[in-house]
Amino acid sequence: MLAPKFEKKVAAADLPEKTKDQLRTFLDGRDISDDKFNQIFDRVVREYQSTRIEACEAVGIIAAQSIGEPGTQMTMRTFHYAGVAEINVTLGLPRLIEIMDARKEPSTPTMTIYLEPEFANDRDKAREVSWKIEAAPLHEFGDITTDIENMQVVVSINVKVCEKRKIPPGEIMENAPKKIRDKRHYRDFEHEIDEENARITFTPKDPESYQNLFQLAEHVRNVIVQGIDDIERVVVRKETGEYILYTEGSNLKDVFDVTGVDTTRTRTNNISEIASVLGVEAARNAIIFEALSTLGEQGILVDVRHIMLVADMMCMDGEVKQIGRHGIAGEKESVLSRAAFEVTVNHLLDAAMANETDELSGVTENVIVGQPIQLGTGDVKLIAVKPKN
Amino acid sequence: MPSPKRIGKIEFGLLSPKEIREMSVRKIIWADTYDDDGFPYPQGLMDLNLGVIDPGLRCKTCDQKASECPGHFGHIELAKPVIHVGYTRLIRKLLRVTCRSCGRVLLSPDEVEKVIGTEDDLTGDQISEKDVKKERVCPHCGAQQLKINFEKPTTFSEVMVEDGRKVEHKLTAADIRARLEKIPDEDLVPLGINPKVARPEWTVLTVLPVPPVTMRPSIILENGQRSEDDLTHKLVDIIRINQRFKENQDAGAPQLIIEDLWELLQYHVTTYLDNEVAGCPPARHRSGRPLKTLSQRLKGKDGRFRGSLSGKRVNFSSRTVISPDPNISVTEVGIPRAVANEMTIPVRVTPYNIEELKQIVRTGPVRAKVGDPCGANYVIRPDNRRLRLGADNLETVADMIEPGYTVERQIRDGDVILFNRQPSLHRMSIMAHRVKVMEGRTFRLNPAVCPPYNADFDGDEMNLHIPQTEEARAEAQILISVEENILSPRFGGPIIGGIHDHVSGIFMLTHGLRHFTKEEVLYLLRFTDIEHLPKPVKTEAGELWTNKQVFSQILPSELNMVFHASSCQNCQTCKKELCDRDAYVRIIDGKLEAGTIDKKAIGAFDGQIVNRIIRQYGMRRAADFIDDLTKLSIRAIMLDGFSFGIDDEDLSKTEYGQIDDVLNNAALDVERRIKIYEDGQLEPMPGRTVEETLEMQIMQVLGKARDQTGQIAGRHLGLTNSAVVMAVSGARGSMLNLTQMAGCIGQQSVRGERIVRGYDDRTLPHFRKGDRGSDAHGFIKHSYKGGLNPTEFFFHAIGGREGLVDTAVRTSQSGYLQRRMINALQDLKVAYDGTVRTTGGRIIQFRYGEDGTDPTKSAFGDPVDVKGIVEAILKEEV
Repeated sequence: MLAPKFEKKVAAADLPEKTKDQLRTFLDGRDISDDKFNQIFDRVVREYQSTRIEACEAVGIIAAQSIGEPGTQMTMRTFHYAGVAEINVTLGLPRLIEIMDARKEPSTPTMTIYLEPEFANDRDKAREVSWKIEAAPLHEFGDITTDIENMQVVVSINVKVCEKRKIPPGEIMENAPKKIRDKRHYRDFEHEIDEENARITFTPKDPESYQNLFQLAEHVRNVIVQGIDDIERVVVRKETGEYILYTEGSNLKDVFDVTGVDTTRTRTNNISEIASVLGVEAARNAIIFEALSTLGEQGILVDVRHIMLVADMMCMDGEVKQIGRHGIAGEKESVLSRAAFEVTVNHLLDAAMANETDELSGVTENVIVGQPIQLGTGDVKLIAVKPKN
Repeated sequence: MPSPKRIGKIEFGLLSPKEIREMSVRKIIWADTYDDDGFPYPQGLMDLNLGVIDPGLRCKTCDQKASECPGHFGHIELAKPVIHVGYTRLIRKLLRVTCRSCGRVLLSPDEVEKVIGTEDDLTGDQISEKDVKKERVCPHCGAQQLKINFEKPTTFSEVMVEDGRKVEHKLTAADIRARLEKIPDEDLVPLGINPKVARPEWTVLTVLPVPPVTMRPSIILENGQRSEDDLTHKLVDIIRINQRFKENQDAGAPQLIIEDLWELLQYHVTTYLDNEVAGCPPARHRSGRPLKTLSQRLKGKDGRFRGSLSGKRVNFSSRTVISPDPNISVTEVGIPRAVANEMTIPVRVTPYNIEELKQIVRTGPVRAKVGDPCGANYVIRPDNRRLRLGADNLETVADMIEPGYTVERQIRDGDVILFNRQPSLHRMSIMAHRVKVMEGRTFRLNPAVCPPYNADFDGDEMNLHIPQTEEARAEAQILISVEENILSPRFGGPIIGGIHDHVSGIFMLTHGLRHFTKEEVLYLLRFTDIEHLPKPVKTEAGELWTNKQVFSQILPSELNMVFHASSCQNCQTCKKELCDRDAYVRIIDGKLEAGTIDKKAIGAFDGQIVNRIIRQYGMRRAADFIDDLTKLSIRAIMLDGFSFGIDDEDLSKTEYGQIDDVLNNAALDVERRIKIYEDGQLEPMPGRTVEETLEMQIMQVLGKARDQTGQIAGRHLGLTNSAVVMAVSGARGSMLNLTQMAGCIGQQSVRGERIVRGYDDRTLPHFRKGDRGSDAHGFIKHSYKGGLNPTEFFFHAIGGREGLVDTAVRTSQSGYLQRRMINALQDLKVAYDGTVRTTGGRIIQFRYGEDGTDPTKSAFGDPVDVKGIVEAILKEEV
């Protein structure tokens, strides 16, 4: 702790919290004279004032360069193992491109699911949660036999497996036919549930066709009866003193409904999913987090402010927009700027029809017509008027 | 200077036939260009009214010479209307959403309002094809609508039902034009068309503008033949068909022939506008090359927009190979005399500099030696006439000069110039240096500025630009000079600093404790700017100076800092000053008290000392420090000498034995695991197949084996080995490289897996099918020095090729990403109120980066370098 007289001065200063905290930690427990403290304090304040951004600075270009330039140093290797050896994640340049493209679905969706305290410290309870999440097809719960003689598919459920995976056999038997109809869109069958023997019998509507029977058997085998459809695999790992679930596949909305999931810390790498479940602000933070960790993983140091600016630009209109033709660059006001980027001719033709006017405010437009751009020193409109005698 | 007039805005619209005729200076009717005497035909495509390209002739419209006449449009009256290809989609939309008999939009006013919104609510959309149901009845006149079919590139047809069968009835361009004419103005606005400047019928051309000759100049080939521009060729085709069409029409030719000619005219006009339309064979040159017509001129990287308007060519620039010179300052650039004699700066003659300029003019255009004063190449008179200076007119011109003249003076030492290396990926790719004229034929630069340019000296070339105005020079000096760019805006740390031999040299100088005689100290510090040597240390051998004292000479006197060098092993408990590796660096009051200076202290990207000097003393002092550092370190490395040869990779017999043991054991371990797998005893890892598990295990075993060989080799090779010095100091290379040279190269991989492709079930014919052993899948057990056997060599080439492909793909992908990002973000700036806005005024952030800190000035992201300040004042580690 700082001496009270110092603390008072630090707390009252016009400095960011981060700097104040740094001051507190670095001066913590040190016996310093008033003079020394004042020297330090004054210099901190002076340095803070000198690091303010200057007006007219072309921050956008600097941000784009700062993220784009190290792109050449990144690896192309799509698959890599990040922390968890069992799960593949896209990293490096392809991942960065994916983030900037604002794809609907990343090429390797994964989730990091944190658990609530009572589950996070108990391996078995964590495992239980994982079973509720991991998509398990029906064939994992029992034997499936295709009875050709009677033209039916018989599933006898292994009650032990059900006990182990904490799901009553009844639920499975109820779920299976429903899910085949709803999720797999296959309806040409009838079913019969035998509660006592934990047995379901599926009969195709057409009793003549063997093809239909085998088709039905295939659906019965693979129908997801426990867990969330999109999540193909869950790995439980103990990290920093608690159990964390890593998944292959992502479905934020359904995972949030599972009891035991800590919804405040759980995250996915699917940005558009975050946007639709939690809103743009969350998506903006997700873009920052994902881009920063992608760059950081490659050992590339990039200031957060650059990435924030990109994320803010992408999320400006309340939805996540791509960096490029179908997003920010394609929706610019300036005709010339759009024409100079991509699909030149169409932009010009459309502009003529709609009678668009180019106000020549941006960079490209002014370069094209050959006049100073409105950034940096080109933005200063100070003209000295010679005094009249 | 011309008055700073700005273009306020640019408005886009369609040219109406009336406007085309009005702006036309000549109706063009002849397909021929020049007659036998080489004189343009009147009313031909090269008519003198359209402007002139041949020197000597005068434009008949504006009576100016070829260099001044901007050219004038002509026009062709088309025999029948044709469709503009660029607007086929719009025409399709209009035909589908408007009534075929009354021309109104096929929606009732209520329905229109539903789509576009009410008058005060502007959030609605424009009317699109989807809003109108197919084949409905017009709500205004009750006419039954027909389905409109569109076939690429320009064919439209109506589908009628005759006798219960569907019959396609083709719409001619004239029919379409008639239908578009019927659409009332007020119905066009909800369709996104402003009828004042763009009536839809103008998209069907009745008259074609002929661009001026200046836009399509003909070239005279070596054999004296004229070669016409692609556009001229295309226009010739159009006129020829148009004339034939007219003749046939007048002669009352059968409908079939008329239709054929009409289609042909449509084809030629289509390809004239765009020669890459889908469903339309491109028009070709006689040689078979597709013609570059209007769209092709605008499109793409070398098109008008990206090639000529966004990127412009400049004068006063120069390009040559670069080579290193550690003895010049980082802020300087060495320029060959031959270049310096060509490149000039205009200086206006005033009463204050007239004598100096006269002297410069008298010197003339040839600077014979490097030390000579600069001369001048041109003198510009007040009437803008240029006088070239030559040996014969120096005196006369010098006497002529008076205020109002401009002298184009050659560049000389100290001038500010811009230096650039492509690809210009960030702003540090262009920096302002000061000129230093030198002998030789290459640009010389201090190797310490290589990182920001990403330059090396394997044949790289760089560009030089000479700012021509005072404003440009001022901006260059204040904003883009090397000193101002030592800090990278990417992460707020220095990106200029010692590289390669600088790091090795300074490491060898400062590592451990050494003593130098006076001669040695003077040799080391000869080029640095110091006045007194410190007090020597008394030893048995007399009065000597320590290595740390020598290094301290280039440090600013009040520098206080403590940090760990890059050779630090991050031990559990730091032994501080007693560190075995001398990795605990302590600088008190500008004196290096302990520790080794290496990459972490002075290297580009890391440079702790450089960073601290910038914060405490400013950029100028940091640049001086880097200058001193490069000179000192080069001398330090030369004092001992530094080289690497094949025998530096030699190990002793015992080590070779150990390495063989390790590799043999690894091979056996792999065999054992394969056996377990083949017996079906292998337990798969969760979520993996058995094969994948085996592969992962094998990779792990072999990776570990390679690392062990590295450790064995490392034990033998100490700091006496140059490669170890480089790896430990962070100058270049790593212990892995050394491992591969002396120990074992290790597993070659493709896509992160062992090499599996090749022949059936095997990689090369030297192995048995299904062999899973380490040798058969690309494990190289030899070292680079030991030499590879043939199969290993192949595997190495396979692994190496992946790396090459990777780099090639990566450069193009990251280049495109960067282009997109620049385009998306280029208009952002910090406004005077601290918000981030687009140049159009939209707010993107209320405070830049949430705290308004400039990342360039930040201390690796922090607004204030608190640690540094506390250390500097308390003079102890915090």
